[in-house]
Amino acid sequence: MGVWPYLAAGWILLVALYGLVTSRNLIHAIGCLAVAQSSTYVLLLAVGYRDHSTAPVFSDLRPGSRPVVDPIVQALALTDIVVGATVTALLLALTIQLRKRHGTVDPESLTALRG
Amino acid sequence: MSPRARLLLFLVSAAVIGVYFTLSCRELPSFGGASHPYGERAVAAALAHRTANVVSSVNFDLRAFDTLGEESILFCTVLGATLLLRLARDERQHAAASEAVLPTTRLLGAVLLPVTVVVGVYIVAHGQLSPGGGFQGGVVLATALHLGYVAADYRVLERLRPLVVLDIADSLAAASFTAMGVAGLAAGGAFLKNVLPLGTFNKITSGGMVPLFNAAVGVEVASGVIVLLAHFLDQAVEVTGTGTQEEEA
Repeated sequence: MGVWPYLAAGWILLVALYGLVTSRNLIHAIGCLAVAQSSTYVLLLAVGYRDHSTAPVFSDLRPGSRPVVDPIVQALALTDIVVGATVTALLLALTIQLRKRHGTVDPESLTALRG
Repeated sequence: MSPRARLLLFLVSAAVIGVYFTLSCRELPSFGGASHPYGERAVAAALAHRTANVVSSVNFDLRAFDTLGEESILFCTVLGATLLLRLARDERQHAAASEAVLPTTRLLGAVLLPVTVVVGVYIVAHGQLSPGGGFQGGVVLATALHLGYVAADYRVLERLRPLVVLDIADSLAAASFTAMGVAGLAAGGAFLKNVLPLGTFNKITSGGMVPLFNAAVGVEVASGVIVLLAHFLDQAVEVTGTGTQEEEA
């Protein structure tokens, strides 16, 4: 497969950035941010993948009998997911308050500070 | 900036990022290659500490300090969402109305709720042995409780989740992670060091501190996610504003 999995991660990032730049709705923008973050999962897992190998769990696997994929990047992807979920939650909470106070979720019409 | 200018700026930057990213990807180790020096060392370290699930070993043994930070991020998010979504002066909270549910939905929820709770606890408890652990099991546990909302109504969910207890459980679990780290400092001379007996490989007691960290994270994630969702659901179900932006309510 060569470099294609890495390039797929870059492509997902660029598509998400395009969505962020052209977004007229903050909920949509948060969705785009989540997509941008998912590009890092693809990149991490592509870095850790190993041909003909299995999951790095030895509960039913004799150690050394088969190659395993890189557990470090899997752990990093787990961290990534948790951070992504928390960032999304906070941004959504902020958006709810914006909607309440300014009556809009369009970033273009948020021009003045208030309150 | 006009949308047109912004799009143009994006396209130029995207082209630059795309070119450099592609060039740097060609320098990365080839996809699926056999050389994973960090991974091999992590596997060796996990086996030496008798932890069958290497990902858990990385998270709660090798990189326990990072996981402490990650857990703090989660804790701060719950705190932040609680602050952001608290009841404002011009808002009122009213009890949710009871809703009719299909009997089959109710039956499915009643059957699945205990099963999901057991699965969640199993995933947390076997984090050092099989795929899963505190983060994953915690999310399953939080999901289980919300089956009550799907199968019955919001009032049932509110009875199922004592928010005060969960808030305290969240804080205690976050604190216990640090406390276990300090215990390692006292017993073994290093913060978050694995100081407990390592146990027998592939038994539920294996891995030393890993099961304890898993349990702490499981409690924190479960209570954190429930509290977080509670605030969002309250906004949709129970909170009404008296302000000017109420046109579609």
